[in-house]
Amino acid sequence: MHMADALVIPAVAGTMYIASAAAAGCSVKKVRLMDEPEKIPAMGVMGAFVFAAQMINFAIPGTGSSGHLCGGMLLTAVLGPWAGFLTMIGILLIQCLMFADGGLLALGCNIWNMAFYGCFAGGFLIWRPLMKRGITRKRIMAASVAACVVTLQMGAFSVVLETFFSGITELPFSVFAGVMQPIHLAIGLVEGVITAAVLCFVFEARPGMLWTGEAASAEREGRLSLRKTLVILTAAAAAIAGAVSLFASSLPDGLEWSMEKTAGTAELEAAGRAYEIAENVQGATAVLPDYGFSFSDSAAGTSVSGLIGGALVIGLCIVVCYALKFFRKGKS
Amino acid sequence: MAGIGKAIDEIHSLENLAERGTLLCRIHPLAKVLVTLWYLILVMSFDVRDISGLLGMAAYPVILMISGDISVRQALGRVRPILLTVCLIGAANPLFDRAPCLAVGSFTVTSGMLSMAALLLKAGFAVSASYILIASTTMEQICYALRKLHVPRVLVTVFLLIYRYLVLMLKEADRITQAYSLRSPGEKGIRKSAWGPLAGQMLLRSIDRANTVYESMTLRGFRGEFFLRGSFVPLWQSVCYGVLWGGVLLLFRLVPVFELAGRVFMP
Repeated sequence: MHMADALVIPAVAGTMYIASAAAAGCSVKKVRLMDEPEKIPAMGVMGAFVFAAQMINFAIPGTGSSGHLCGGMLLTAVLGPWAGFLTMIGILLIQCLMFADGGLLALGCNIWNMAFYGCFAGGFLIWRPLMKRGITRKRIMAASVAACVVTLQMGAFSVVLETFFSGITELPFSVFAGVMQPIHLAIGLVEGVITAAVLCFVFEARPGMLWTGEAASAEREGRLSLRKTLVILTAAAAAIAGAVSLFASSLPDGLEWSMEKTAGTAELEAAGRAYEIAENVQGATAVLPDYGFSFSDSAAGTSVSGLIGGALVIGLCIVVCYALKFFRKGKS
Repeated sequence: MAGIGKAIDEIHSLENLAERGTLLCRIHPLAKVLVTLWYLILVMSFDVRDISGLLGMAAYPVILMISGDISVRQALGRVRPILLTVCLIGAANPLFDRAPCLAVGSFTVTSGMLSMAALLLKAGFAVSASYILIASTTMEQICYALRKLHVPRVLVTVFLLIYRYLVLMLKEADRITQAYSLRSPGEKGIRKSAWGPLAGQMLLRSIDRANTVYESMTLRGFRGEFFLRGSFVPLWQSVCYGVLWGGVLLLFRLVPVFELAGRVFMP
């Protein structure tokens, strides 16, 4: 699944570099907060182990072919998702530089497709929920196979999207996805079973070595409080709503565009008493019709409408969160 | 199993290449890393059918391979597996995009053919550029350059440790697979019942080794810092290398050199 440089354009590569760098930055912070210096050499040696183990051929019964273990899932199960993600980055960088397996420019894409999904989606969405009630052989099997299949599917779909957005192939999107997804479904199943076999052995030999998903105290300390999170979200929403909305496109959105293509107009005519009443109600309640002041076309109107809209959305989210919290308390 | 031995040989040969002490090897690693990235960005930014523009970018790998005494054959050997993948994805272009672009006698070159050729050229140039970097720069020097680019220390340390223990682990994997194959002749790979114990034992030994490694590293005073060893050209020469290549490559990106050269002969 390693992408070569030729398959991406700089814009896509840059975007994926930024996304992967953000995930790496977050992981570095988490690893630092855990304050376990002995984990650093473990990450290095584990990375080298995964690299070497991936070169061992495991025979698939009845097929005549062979497979190898799933690096991201194995690292997450032993080191945890944050340290596992950083280790995977190291592996991918060495594969790219030493063995020309994946490009230097496409490294951001490869990190995202293989390390991000394998460690975070596999670790947090599949491994941790399944291991919450304690580790058993059956759960290791289920988590490993499910995580490998799901994360490989996500990775393969990302490859299709990145190639599609780069515009380097004339292959239709559906055909490309139709080829990539089934192949990686089979690979995921095989990799999952091999990874599960290794993890089951480790569980029997040293049960305490596997990551259970329990957050270390330092990791918990590193989390942002609800208040801090709300402040950051509010500031970000205000910045986006107030400043970025000035650059909002005047072109029709996707739905409007489709309507224009099919019906010849972006706004459909509606006649009847019910429509008139609804229009009057909307006219009376809309503070900022068409995202601006009703009395002027100034840019300030667009900014203010962005700010008010953002505040309303955040307010609504807070109300929903508190309502959910209230109902959950009532249940318990 | 042959793959493991090949990988070990590849690592050793690259290490030897990077430590030869040629002029290219003695350029500051940061300059080489930045020029490589700049080259890749410029090559990938070409239009999917702009072959004449792309050909101008061949100057970088050709000049550096000749001046740095880097084997073209080995570089091509690395390109082969990549070309296969790129071919699989790019093969659709001549089939779906059949708009005629030019005619050579009775043969019509379509737009899809041009885009596939450009894709192959891009793949070849990208792999060559990465190969030139790794054949002239040791892994320690790349780590130093990464630290200079403010890549977090944890990440760079992990990267270097993976590299240092890679050969060790590969040799161990090679020994294990050889021992297994000698005990079970005729088998193509490790059978299902041995999947867990075989790789699992190796993993447990790796963890134990990691702890010993950590203790010995800290006892020797390792604090995660990297120091540049080896002799390098004066800093101004490395700066000149970076600026010159940066400018020349940009010029080649903006000016269609091959097209202009062609016009001289065919006005």
